[in-house]
Amino acid sequence: MKYKGLFLFLSGAGIALVLGWVVFPLALYRTEPQPLSFSHKAHTGQPASMSCDSCHEFAEDGRFLGIPVVDQCAVCHAEPVGKTAGEKRLVEEFVKPKREIPWKVYSRQPDNAWFSHTTHVKKGALKCEECHGDHGQSESLRPYQVNRISGYSRDIWGPNISGIPSQPRLDMKMDRCLGCHAEKNMSQGCISCHK
Amino acid sequence: MEQKNKARYGMVVDLDRCTGCGNCMMACAVENNLAPAEKKANDRTGITWMRVYAMNNGKAFPAAETVFVPMACQQCDKETPCIAVCPQNAVDRDPGSGIVGQVPQRCLGCRYCMTACPYHARYFNWSDPSWPAGMEKALNPDVAPRMRGVAEKCNFCHGRWHAARARAAAQGRSEPDPADYIPACVESCPSRAILFGNLDDAGSEVAKACQEGNCFRFLARLDTESKVYYRSAKPWVREMAEGNRMPSGKDGNLS
Ligand code: HEC
Ligand code: HEC
Ligand code: HEC
Ligand code: HEC
Ligand code: HEC
Repeated sequence: MKYKGLFLFLSGAGIALVLGWVVFPLALYRTEPQPLSFSHKAHTGQPASMSCDSCHEFAEDGRFLGIPVVDQCAVCHAEPVGKTAGEKRLVEEFVKPKREIPWKVYSRQPDNAWFSHTTHVKKGALKCEECHGDHGQSESLRPYQVNRISGYSRDIWGPNISGIPSQPRLDMKMDRCLGCHAEKNMSQGCISCHK
Repeated sequence: MEQKNKARYGMVVDLDRCTGCGNCMMACAVENNLAPAEKKANDRTGITWMRVYAMNNGKAFPAAETVFVPMACQQCDKETPCIAVCPQNAVDRDPGSGIVGQVPQRCLGCRYCMTACPYHARYFNWSDPSWPAGMEKALNPDVAPRMRGVAEKCNFCHGRWHAARARAAAQGRSEPDPADYIPACVESCPSRAILFGNLDDAGSEVAKACQEGNCFRFLARLDTESKVYYRSAKPWVREMAEGNRMPSGKDGNLS
């Protein structure tokens, strides 16, 4: 056969590419369900048009309070306002028994990284979108994926397995923190971000 | 652009005030998530970022004198030995605070830094830290626990430094309020033997204290410009700190 070598090469390369681009990410990441379906759009879009800081508050001493606690949902969802199954679950499983919703945090950084929203949002005047993309306008929660080896959320590395950042950027590796800080001429000392 | 956050934190330990009670060691261990020592741990394998040594003048009874020396990382400013030898860049001197920081995740466990450290202030995790069941809940979330196979040391409670800086940012300042950033050992000392603050701020207590006559550094001749100063009115203590005469005796001596 004239093209045997070429055929073998192409099929070998094909198998390697499938392994690398399809099988490897599947093997590396485990998908875990979010505890509840949640639509930012239902709240931040029309007609509710809530602002981000009505849920994601800063405490009086300046600390960022992160994902709202279930008491904050109860203000409006003491009883179902709409007819969706998600809301029904919210009321019955979390609001009424006063149980916190165990959200999986996409952007959760490893234990040894130290990050302050106060510094970035209040003092640095950065927009949420700069780091979190359009999560605040999303209609549903995308799958939460966790790296089987490190236990980190996939959002640290980013959705693209090759490591090339997507647009808008969803990755938040150390080099992205450093990159932005370098543009702003800030200190690059390790302990400014490591704890 | 000018670099923000210019500070050079340092300490002055008054050896004439130290009673050797060990409170600083406890406070340090709690603050910095040091796991309880293993049963088989000894002087060399245990982890004590802050350690109180006893030092005596080697004389017999009526003339015998002992001082206690709280010894943590001396935060060398110049040609910092551990930084110089680290093949991994796991140790660096933070330009904004002068703190010599250690990134355990970067450490490969060669322990070169421990050999290089003139003060024996570095420790190694010979095994994974473990806490008695339930005690993990009492861990300090501002300090990441370390893992087996890495070196660690005092970093001037940089968890508290982070928290103080975030508080400053909330108030729109770039410098933390000195009252907000006090390491655990300083805070816990019942005889107030340790002063802490910004050495570059001429008005601070430490900056004044380290200029006083009986203030000295341990092994000053190595010229590492450590940022932990000591003071004592006893000449033999100052002489011993030079390291020319080794303290004698086995029990608890600096040797
Ligand atoms: C009704 C209250 C509410 C409002 C208003 C709201 N959020 Fe959220 N936000 C949540 C809840 C609940 C979660 C946790 C579920 C999730 O991850 O989306 C969350 C999570 C997030 C996260 C963290 C995602 C992660 O896991 O890392 C980001 C980022 C975020 N919101 C951004 C925004 C922005 C930007 C806005 C304004 C445009 C906004 N949110 C408005 C309730 C709210
Ligand atoms: C200011 C009032 C308000 C607050 C506070 C609020 N919501 Fe809502 N929520 C609404 C409104 C309005 C809707 C839209 C109802 C509809 O049209 O179905 C809604 C819809 C929902 C739905 C159903 C739509 C969907 O996503 O499937 C869920 C689930 C929900 N909210 C969860 C939450 C959670 C969780 C919190 C607390 C973090 C929260 N809400 C806080 C007003 C609020
Ligand atoms: C400079 C980048 C950046 C900006 C700007 C930013 N975030 Fe974040 N956000 C992060 C990082 C990094 C984390 C993970 C923090 C961690 O794990 O310690 C995070 C985590 C979160 C979380 C989850 C926190 C938790 O602990 O549960 C929420 C909610 C969130 N951000 C909302 C917002 C909102 C709302 C804004 C705008 C007001 C915003 N972020 C702006 C980078 C950013
Ligand atoms: C989009 C740009 C941007 C990104 C991405 C970013 N930062 Fe920042 N960061 C800033 C700015 C701007 C400031 C300075 C705020 C000020 O002091 O005015 C800052 C300040 C800080 C500070 C305080 C430094 C000091 O000297 O006081 C820390 C710590 C920090 N960032 C950590 C992080 C970490 C960790 C990440 C990655 C998870 C990150 N940053 C990602 C822009 C960014
Ligand atoms: C601007 C903030 C910032 C600075 C400065 C910084 N880091 Fe990081 N670093 C991070 C963040 C955030 C992560 C976690 C995300 C990741 O793994 O990329 C990280 C992760 C790491 C990791 C990987 C840890 C792991 O568990 O995978 C190492 C090693 C590390 N940093 C070493 C260093 C060293 C050494 C320096 C000083 C030269 C340094 N870092 C300076 C933010 C920073």
